[in-house]
Amino acid sequence: MKVMPVIDESKCQKCGLCVSVCQCGALVLTEKRVMVIEVDDCAWCTLCELVCPNEAISCPFEIVIEEKHT
Amino acid sequence: MGVQRDFIKSLPYFAGLDDDTLDSVRKYVFEKKAERGEMLSFEGEPSDTLYFVADGAVKAFKTSADGKEQIFRIIRPGESFNEVPVLSGGVNPFSIETMGPVVLNGMKKKDLETVMREYPQVALNVIHVLSMRVQELISLVEDFSFRHVTGRVAKMLLEYAGHSIGEGRRLTQQEMAGMIGTAREMVGRSLKSLEDEGAIRIERNRIIVTDQQALRETAGVTR
Repeated sequence: MKVMPVIDESKCQKCGLCVSVCQCGALVLTEKRVMVIEVDDCAWCTLCELVCPNEAISCPFEIVIEEKHT
Repeated sequence: MGVQRDFIKSLPYFAGLDDDTLDSVRKYVFEKKAERGEMLSFEGEPSDTLYFVADGAVKAFKTSADGKEQIFRIIRPGESFNEVPVLSGGVNPFSIETMGPVVLNGMKKKDLETVMREYPQVALNVIHVLSMRVQELISLVEDFSFRHVTGRVAKMLLEYAGHSIGEGRRLTQQEMAGMIGTAREMVGRSLKSLEDEGAIRIERNRIIVTDQQALRETAGVTR
């Protein structure tokens, strides 16, 4: 399963700004909520997180030290 | 959609005006629509229209000589752009590009001046809006001038990095910004800078530390 942006439903006001900036079609605004759809093209641009006025959508990065193969 | 009185009323520029006055102001406001990726203003060029975002979002950014983009502001519904060229008569300090389909309400410079002369409350509101903008910019200037944000980002990455996938801490850029006391935009810029130096590599939703020693040097820590 591909990791996708996460929506906090308690903060989401369904304004649709995240949907309007999403370039890969991963976000869909329905009458009740913003849905995240798993798509291959999501490049983790984080624009949805950047525009959200309520910090309701997040695109966390995992921080990992590269394993060195000798 | 057309220019709505309720929308005009919600704008800080026109706060405190009665409905008759709002209707008079609305005569000068026009609607403009734009699609994703359209450039609305160019850095260094004059502009004669003040815009309010009614729907969608636009970004205000500068591009460095080597082509790097630095976002200064995301402008959301109810917020405005182009104040500097419109009010000072100078050129735009930023470029403005739509981030998706947008609906804008615009007012020409000469019309804004007419409204300000006719309704002094609007002039007071403009001063208030500009003061808020100055505060935002002072905060950004502090980050640019006085603090070593990249060093703090490097230190934080060292603290929270895991040794294998699934073990590392998961943080948004907003959370990173909150942890080190800076703006989210500065975190993005610092991550790019660390990637350019070869200390990290960004792979979609992972920040991979590729050179711990380089990261330690940037962070100013010995081990």
